[in-house]
Amino acid sequence: MTANPRGTEQCPRVGLFVTCLADAIRPRLGFAALHLLEAAGCAVEVPRAQTCCGQPAYNSGDSRGGAALARRVIAAFEGYDYVVVPSGSCAGMIRMHYPEALAGDPAWLPRAEALAGRTHELLSFLVDVRGWRPEGVSLAASATYHDSCAGLRELGILAQPRALLREVEGLELRPLTGNDVCCGFGGTFCVKYPSISNAIVKEKAVLIEATGTELLLGGDLGCLMNMAGALHRRGSKVRAFHTAEVLAGMGGGPAIGEEG
Amino acid sequence: MAAVFQYGVARALSDPNLKLAIDRTTVTAERKRAAALADYPQFAAARERGTAIKDHVVANLDHYLEEFERNATASGAKVHWAADADEACRIVLGICREAGARRVTRVKSMLGEEIGLPHALEEAGIERVETDLAEHIVQLAGETPSHIVWPALHKTREQVSALFKAAHRVPHEADTVEAMVESARRELRDRFLSAEVGISGANFLIADSGAVCVVTNEGNAELTTTPPRVHVVTAGIEKLVPSIAHAFAMLRLLVRSATGADLTQYTTFHCGPKRPGDRDGPEEFHIVLVDNGRSRMLRDGLREMLRCIRCGACMNHCVVYRQIGGHAYGGTYPGPMGAVLTPALEGVDKARDLPHACTLNGRCQEVCPVSIPLPTLLRGWRDRSWKEGLVPRGVRSGLGLWRFAAERPWLYRLGTAAAVRAMRLFRRGGWIARMPFAGAWTRYRDLPAPAGRTFMEQLRDWERGR
Ligand code: SF4
Repeated sequence: MTANPRGTEQCPRVGLFVTCLADAIRPRLGFAALHLLEAAGCAVEVPRAQTCCGQPAYNSGDSRGGAALARRVIAAFEGYDYVVVPSGSCAGMIRMHYPEALAGDPAWLPRAEALAGRTHELLSFLVDVRGWRPEGVSLAASATYHDSCAGLRELGILAQPRALLREVEGLELRPLTGNDVCCGFGGTFCVKYPSISNAIVKEKAVLIEATGTELLLGGDLGCLMNMAGALHRRGSKVRAFHTAEVLAGMGGGPAIGEEG
Repeated sequence: MAAVFQYGVARALSDPNLKLAIDRTTVTAERKRAAALADYPQFAAARERGTAIKDHVVANLDHYLEEFERNATASGAKVHWAADADEACRIVLGICREAGARRVTRVKSMLGEEIGLPHALEEAGIERVETDLAEHIVQLAGETPSHIVWPALHKTREQVSALFKAAHRVPHEADTVEAMVESARRELRDRFLSAEVGISGANFLIADSGAVCVVTNEGNAELTTTPPRVHVVTAGIEKLVPSIAHAFAMLRLLVRSATGADLTQYTTFHCGPKRPGDRDGPEEFHIVLVDNGRSRMLRDGLREMLRCIRCGACMNHCVVYRQIGGHAYGGTYPGPMGAVLTPALEGVDKARDLPHACTLNGRCQEVCPVSIPLPTLLRGWRDRSWKEGLVPRGVRSGLGLWRFAAERPWLYRLGTAAAVRAMRLFRRGGWIARMPFAGAWTRYRDLPAPAGRTFMEQLRDWERGR
């Protein structure tokens, strides 16, 4: 990849990091991201060597495993102008934690830092780097927004998704009480401590239902699957989408957990 | 999950009173803190300064400890050094025996809990009177504190009322908070005055004067430390600040973060014993400086944790604490700060679950008035427990298998493609309600079924179609 020429400022070359969850569970999100990046004038490629950003290992204490996967991602993506990820937590992993994970490796640390500086979460990339806004996208629905923790606290993503969603015609965004409180997903936490995770997400589900909106939107598939799964188990009618899908005009399609 | 933690969690999650009690206090605390900060635009600057003060003290601990000892001694206090919990308790018990104490009064001090002082006093046959209202409740119930600011946070008002009615000599009648407080006051007042020794903790140790600062909202510290003939302070060595001005800088952060007030009702500085001409005060004033693992934390990459001023904000804002409460953590200190401290104090092998039972959402760090990177420190413990082989075998081999594939993209592609097809066998509509190996998820939530083919599989067609 390093042999490839860089793009231009008008048309930067972007490596899309799809994330392991989108790859396996919700490919639509990957295509939504592709579509949005192209709409925002980028030349997008999907490096085939990608798998997972390494969070499950890194956050479980397997720092060697985390570092090993970090090196692979760096090698696969460092030829691009930008790495864009439709997930705050995976983008946060590359931006904040790759340099930590490789701090003791003088050969890789500069590469980790260089990649960290060029890695962005999708929604914030569209707004902050590309200055892009959706045009002619509409969705007649009411929605509420959950701010996933890594995106919010590691990357400061709060205004960008709202700025984008405001441009979606017909979409009414209503505030969620506790929008900045963790949904209880926490990656492997939700299966290592399922009873605690469940207690947390149940509270979240009640607050989501209290908004009376039809849709739940967010920027992290893991958290959305957790909340959607809890809502569905309760028999709730709230439907969940990743924000990128709505912005890409795919909000009319199947929501998370609906057959498509 | 280790059995003890699992049991504590299960018990907590099935106790509706506990959740009610936790929510009543933490929701209010969160709201009041937010209001206090909105009213205090200098907070960010104060936080930076507070962080710098604590870092400076921790970096120059030897210097400030010597200065404090020198000045405290000059003011007539007797300074003792305790390397660990046992030694600290021995010293305090020695002072009590020397004073011929049969009854001691105590002001809430988490350090006292940490070193096991309540238990040590009881074993020595010395009557212990807890003078803090919440500690009084905890003592009557035969429990331990579940929060570092509100020890009885786990009890509802209704439970406290029942407890007082059963235990107080002249119980209250009307079920109001005022009547309950009055009942506790009746119960405690005469004992305040008949104790030979009063024991307190310290919020700050002031190096340049040798003074000890204690804050309360009930005034019980004053009644505990003034009438008895002997006053003993037990304090962790990280409580030092250079001067009283620094103590005030820290107080601004502490009180707002803890309760949302600008200042505690009582902020008392004790400096030496009663001097000739003083109207009151103890004749003997002892200060026991306790290390108990703190200098080891300094070496073990937990230096930042020594900034902690025990405000409790991290637990008030913690989604896990708010579900399981303090007791499930199993140590003296609960919540995020406890999950960092308990492995340091008791060994990570005994507290392995604590750093793992966290979503790493970062809210604790966001609210911490001295910017302690709690998630980073928790991750550090996870590293340690991985290296020491404390991670359960199932998790280890599962992650090992996953990692083996994740390092080989072709294998990973094959594996995911096979996995999504297998998963789809269990779906009903778009959801999976039950599936082998997914019980931890599906016991409580439905799992969105994967699409028929992975993104990487579909991508080939998509690219061909362009
Ligand atoms: S870690 Fe920070 S927020 Fe938690 S008790 Fe200590 S000072 Fe307060």
